[in-house]
Amino acid sequence: MAEIRLERATKTFGQVHAVRELDLTIADGEFFVLLGPTGAGKTTTLRLVAGLEKLDGGRVHLGGRDVSALAPAARDVAFVFQQYALYPHYTVFDNLAFPLRSPLRRRSPQEVTRRVEEVAKLLRIESKLKNKATKLSGGEMQRVGIGRALVREPNCFLMDEPLSSLDAKLREDLRVELKHIQRDLGATILYVTHDQIEALTMADRIGVLEEGRLLQVGTPRDVYTRPASVSVARRLGSPAINLLRMDAVPGIAAPSRARNIGIRPEDVQLNGRGIEAEVEQVEHLGAESVVVLRAGEERMHALVSGGTSVQPGTAVRAELSREAMLFFDEAGQRVDA
Amino acid sequence: MSGTSDAHSIVEPGPTSRRVASVVVIVYALVSMVPLAWIVMTGFKSPDTAIAYPPEVVFEPTLEGYVNLFTDRTRQTPEYMADLPPPETWYDELVRSRNMVITGPSRFFGRYKNSLIIGFGSTFLAVFLGTLAAYAFSRFRVPLKDDLLFFILSTRMFPPIAVAVPIYLMYRALGLSDSHFGMIILYTAVNLSLSVWLLKGFVDEIPREYEEAAMIDGYTRLQAFWKVVLPQMSAGIAATAIFCLIFAWNEYAFALLLTSGNAQTAPPFIPIIIGEGGLDWPAVAAGTTLFMLPVVIFTVILRRHLLRGITFGAVRR
Repeated sequence: MAEIRLERATKTFGQVHAVRELDLTIADGEFFVLLGPTGAGKTTTLRLVAGLEKLDGGRVHLGGRDVSALAPAARDVAFVFQQYALYPHYTVFDNLAFPLRSPLRRRSPQEVTRRVEEVAKLLRIESKLKNKATKLSGGEMQRVGIGRALVREPNCFLMDEPLSSLDAKLREDLRVELKHIQRDLGATILYVTHDQIEALTMADRIGVLEEGRLLQVGTPRDVYTRPASVSVARRLGSPAINLLRMDAVPGIAAPSRARNIGIRPEDVQLNGRGIEAEVEQVEHLGAESVVVLRAGEERMHALVSGGTSVQPGTAVRAELSREAMLFFDEAGQRVDA
Repeated sequence: MSGTSDAHSIVEPGPTSRRVASVVVIVYALVSMVPLAWIVMTGFKSPDTAIAYPPEVVFEPTLEGYVNLFTDRTRQTPEYMADLPPPETWYDELVRSRNMVITGPSRFFGRYKNSLIIGFGSTFLAVFLGTLAAYAFSRFRVPLKDDLLFFILSTRMFPPIAVAVPIYLMYRALGLSDSHFGMIILYTAVNLSLSVWLLKGFVDEIPREYEEAAMIDGYTRLQAFWKVVLPQMSAGIAATAIFCLIFAWNEYAFALLLTSGNAQTAPPFIPIIIGEGGLDWPAVAAGTTLFMLPVVIFTVILRRHLLRGITFGAVRR
């Protein structure tokens, strides 16, 4: 496995700046998740590393080697596509064997069989090896897609929303499996998603991307608790972070430049203290409930555990945890107290 | 919906529409088959029954038409015929019963061979070049792509024969008249626009991810094209090849104009097979029957690919 380093990587499509002077280093063996909305430049970044797109500026280094000018085949990376991209005219076995039969990395037939069977076992698709790639369920197809990446030992794995086409249950299973495999192999993975749960659960570090720029890079905990800006804060957490004007919460000692308060729904307590609010709606999620509150002009969400007895239309008091409060300035940047 | 009398789905045709559709299809099939059946039948008639009026549907079949198609014959005096040794083959006997002897093979075989060379040669070229062009148009940022595609299509906006005179003059100047090569490139040029457009549609349907996956897995673009794209295009290639072959195989006007001896194809040759007292209809019909065979066989072989269609299954859209 190898380190991935992007140096002022830039890519434009006509008038659109997909990726702008991106600097990013992903350590050897790190699971790095690029998180961002559609059109943020996540996939383009991935394709720049793979060599499927040509850089308009900057460099890409893999394992300390400048690969900016190399063809995809010569970069020795593995790519998992969102839509699987299995070769429909091949069996599962041949799909998995395809990278090992390439002119560039040809292995002996015995070795191909051995590797394919190993990987199939790891991903629990041994029984499907003789199937046509098209005769599989979505989950199995993506296992084959991941298997095709695992079958050779590449510099790094690039994954483009590999789980987003699967249903929720499968996604959960594969998420756990993928993280497990990554730990076992010590693989360097650059993983692209717009799903915050995937980012938070799997990543060693998260990079939040928007309009081709990295807004923040850090551990999931870091990015969640100390977001650099309002956009980052909004990107993580469900329900989304509450943003209140300063005067909604009187008597708070805040930095002078602060214009908004950010408070996560789980840090809003309905314990009979704090500011007055009216309950607009209650959503029961099973283990927890989301209470939608209105305090003056402001609307906010509170996440309370278990079934709550509060009724819509009643008045409650909401206490906002002072320690958990985040302050943002005019431009949306976080300011520390 | 519960009030309607028909309990079938709204997208599935009902039994009445099905029946009407079958009748229409059967009638259409019969109407198109009758002339073909007539040609095949005429091939087995004698010259007299072929032009009998009213036409005979029940007749005694003979291979005279086929023998006449493949042979040149001369009429001889009864004395000459009587002096001949007994006939060695069944076709010698058949010819002698008409007071004629075989003087040699006819030119039909050579014409038929020309048709095969020119028809399949130009089909191969048109599909080969069309596949590469279609791939390039589909995948690469070709400058002026739309204009080029329109330009290619515009060669189909007039009947090819409209340019017969310039082509004739050009071919005469270049020495391409009555040559296999000249006819192959002519038919290729006519078919190429169809081939590029048809195939581009098929390439467009194949997700780029296939090639991208292959290119990351250690293959060059050309290898990825060969191993991944081409197999996916087989149905499109089969369909295009059939269309190209049918045009090149049946083409009459240019063949009549540009070929005479060396490279003449079967279409201008068959209608002028002369027998006694005019056209030899059984021989013409026999020639036509044999002429239809390659296209029929080619289509039947490739039909499997046509019907199978393209499987996009492994990429969800």
